[in-house]
Amino acid sequence: MDFDLTDEQRLLAESVNRFVSDRYGDFEKRKACRAEPAGYSAANWRAMAEMGLLGLPLSEEQGGFNGGPVETMLVMEAIGRGLVVEPFLATVVLGLGLLRRTETDPDLLARVAAGELTLAFAHQERQARHDLHDVATAARRNGGAWLLDGAKGVVLNGDSAGMLLVSARISGSRRDREGIGLFLLDPAGQGVTRRGYATQDGLRAAEVVLESARANLLAENALPLIELVADEAIAALCAEAVGAMDALRQMTVDYLKTRQQFGRPIGDFQVLQHRAADMLVASEQARSMTMYAAMMVQETDAAARSTALSAAKALVSRLADGLGKEAVQLHGGIGMTEEYRAGHYFKRLAMLGVLFGDVDHHLRRVVAAGGLPE
Amino acid sequence: MDLRYTPEEIAFRDELRRFFRTEIPAEIRRKVSEGRKLAREDYITCQRILHAKGLSAPNWPVEWGGQDWSPVQRYIFTEEIQACAVPQPLSFNINMVGPVIATFGSEAQKKRFLPPTATLDIWWAQGFSEPGAGSDLASLKTSARREGDHFIVNGQKTWTTLGQYADWIFCLVRTDPAAKKQQGISFLLIDLKTPGITIRPIITIDGGHEVNEVFFDEVKVPAENLVGELNKGWDYAKFLLSNERIGIARIGLTKERLARVKRLAQETPAGEGTVWDDPDFRRRLAWSEIELKALEITQMRVVAAQRTKAADKPDPSSSILKIKGSELQQQATQLLVEVAGPYALPRPDRDEEGLNLPSVGPEWADAAAPLFFNFRKVSIYGGSNEIQRNIIAKAFLGL
Repeated sequence: MDFDLTDEQRLLAESVNRFVSDRYGDFEKRKACRAEPAGYSAANWRAMAEMGLLGLPLSEEQGGFNGGPVETMLVMEAIGRGLVVEPFLATVVLGLGLLRRTETDPDLLARVAAGELTLAFAHQERQARHDLHDVATAARRNGGAWLLDGAKGVVLNGDSAGMLLVSARISGSRRDREGIGLFLLDPAGQGVTRRGYATQDGLRAAEVVLESARANLLAENALPLIELVADEAIAALCAEAVGAMDALRQMTVDYLKTRQQFGRPIGDFQVLQHRAADMLVASEQARSMTMYAAMMVQETDAAARSTALSAAKALVSRLADGLGKEAVQLHGGIGMTEEYRAGHYFKRLAMLGVLFGDVDHHLRRVVAAGGLPE
Repeated sequence: MDLRYTPEEIAFRDELRRFFRTEIPAEIRRKVSEGRKLAREDYITCQRILHAKGLSAPNWPVEWGGQDWSPVQRYIFTEEIQACAVPQPLSFNINMVGPVIATFGSEAQKKRFLPPTATLDIWWAQGFSEPGAGSDLASLKTSARREGDHFIVNGQKTWTTLGQYADWIFCLVRTDPAAKKQQGISFLLIDLKTPGITIRPIITIDGGHEVNEVFFDEVKVPAENLVGELNKGWDYAKFLLSNERIGIARIGLTKERLARVKRLAQETPAGEGTVWDDPDFRRRLAWSEIELKALEITQMRVVAAQRTKAADKPDPSSSILKIKGSELQQQATQLLVEVAGPYALPRPDRDEEGLNLPSVGPEWADAAAPLFFNFRKVSIYGGSNEIQRNIIAKAFLGL
């Protein structure tokens, strides 16, 4: 049992935290990032490539960092703390998570690591809600090529991504676990319509309609891989939530110390002190569960892994929801304003709760498994 | 970062597990698992079995029978003894007065008290709380005035757990009435056979006799029974309470209890199936399990940090462990009441071990409600959960 970070991990955490405080310390800078065409800063993205973050999970032979779940956790926690808008989750955690395990062209991976190519994972369909195996989008072979037909929704950073990873059914019926293929698709090609939009938490997503859109097959029967990468995304989102919770809790405590009412700082009131203490308990429990997620996402038994990640997502989402709402309440009116940072943490934490399965969905999975793995 | 145990740590755990399961009488382990009352002899039997293996006081200095363990090994010991439903070494002896005597006592006191304290030849009670000094412990009034070679003690202690079994009591007493609150308190060892001491039972809402009131009326205590310096007792008390950190959450125990809840839910009929088939029940149980997992990792983080962290740095972790640990212990006892259903109600006459004679429903169901009632204590004792929130707010958040 060992909670120490390696020297490399410590350096990584330091450099990412420095990056986040330089580029996001001033909240106005975030607004400027969001105002760029892609909804994030091209300069920040280049800087992240230079730091090696965009090749984080790639092996050294692939020109990467050889980073595992702990490295992802450190980066995502910093991203959460800064409310970073660059598409690390979409491109590196989801995109590279799928592509590095299926794509044989090293040049493509290198372009992602260099910041020249961004990715998005087009998987979600409206009827599927949180069920990863519910895929109606159809793939058919046409000579040497594959053509895809269907509609994908809430594709994170799908509006600006240079390439899309798309799940589509090769065989079977809509809810079969077998027969789901994974494809690589150029969204500039024919038959692809994208409608990009802002999300409630200041990020970007897209609805993608595919009409006989040409794509390359990366993997047949890709569901186990999709489930693995979704679990990796859950571990990453937990870490992002922990970073945001920590920052929001600190902001709230600072506010309690400075805001004067009735002739004294409101933090003098015990009723508020206890609520602040409960926020600390929540953020520490979330941090522990995030470490559990980082450990269990490496578990080779897929059923045990999934149950553990569901447990983590359920608890972290519930704690994040509670802490976010408390922070707005303790801030009072200022917590309701668009110009102040606290409300944006609250919104991000609330939206994290519905990504990749909400609390009920994941709790049902833990229940169905009969409890946590040994 | 690797949250798994090393092969050496696994071997250490497995050896303890084997020892606990084979050497501790099954009947005693069953009582602990079912939350039934242990007889005085049960504690002593277990303590002596542990002692013969060198495990009676692992947290003490090695020269007094302690083990030179790493924080992780200590943690594994605590987890495993709880998970195996073995009574833990009596806290008053092993976690409280023993380390105080070993750290602050005179050589003569160490020689006299530590060996019988390790074996339970002396059973200690804790004399801290008073009717007017609960959460505000430093307002205690029990006095000790010096007369020649003795202190004369007057006052009242309360909530004295298992005081009916005890031979001695360690007390916080006021030795300087003029000094401010925390100053003027001393740490005194008192033989409960001394004339002038009266012990009265307090019956708690579960019907059990676990706690007592202890009255002191002109009790003559030899001055040599003062531990450390006069008027420094508050420092020793703080030291004593800080030793409580590991194990305060009782994660091993709650794990064992939740596993038992699961087992019994699968056996208990409910309509066409069993209680286990009820999805609402299963969801509540799943939440307890999930929260317990998070707390287990929190506890492991605390254990790992002990290697490096300065002891005097403000650290909210023991308060977090206390708050969440007590809540989960309580949830586990309430889930068992749910499993028992209507058969949580019968409360027939009891024998002296608190066991119903004979059971009305399933035997295990008799103890379900009393244990749930009794476990409301865990968020009150050891610094109530509200006091823990004060500690977090003041010492850590700086509010």
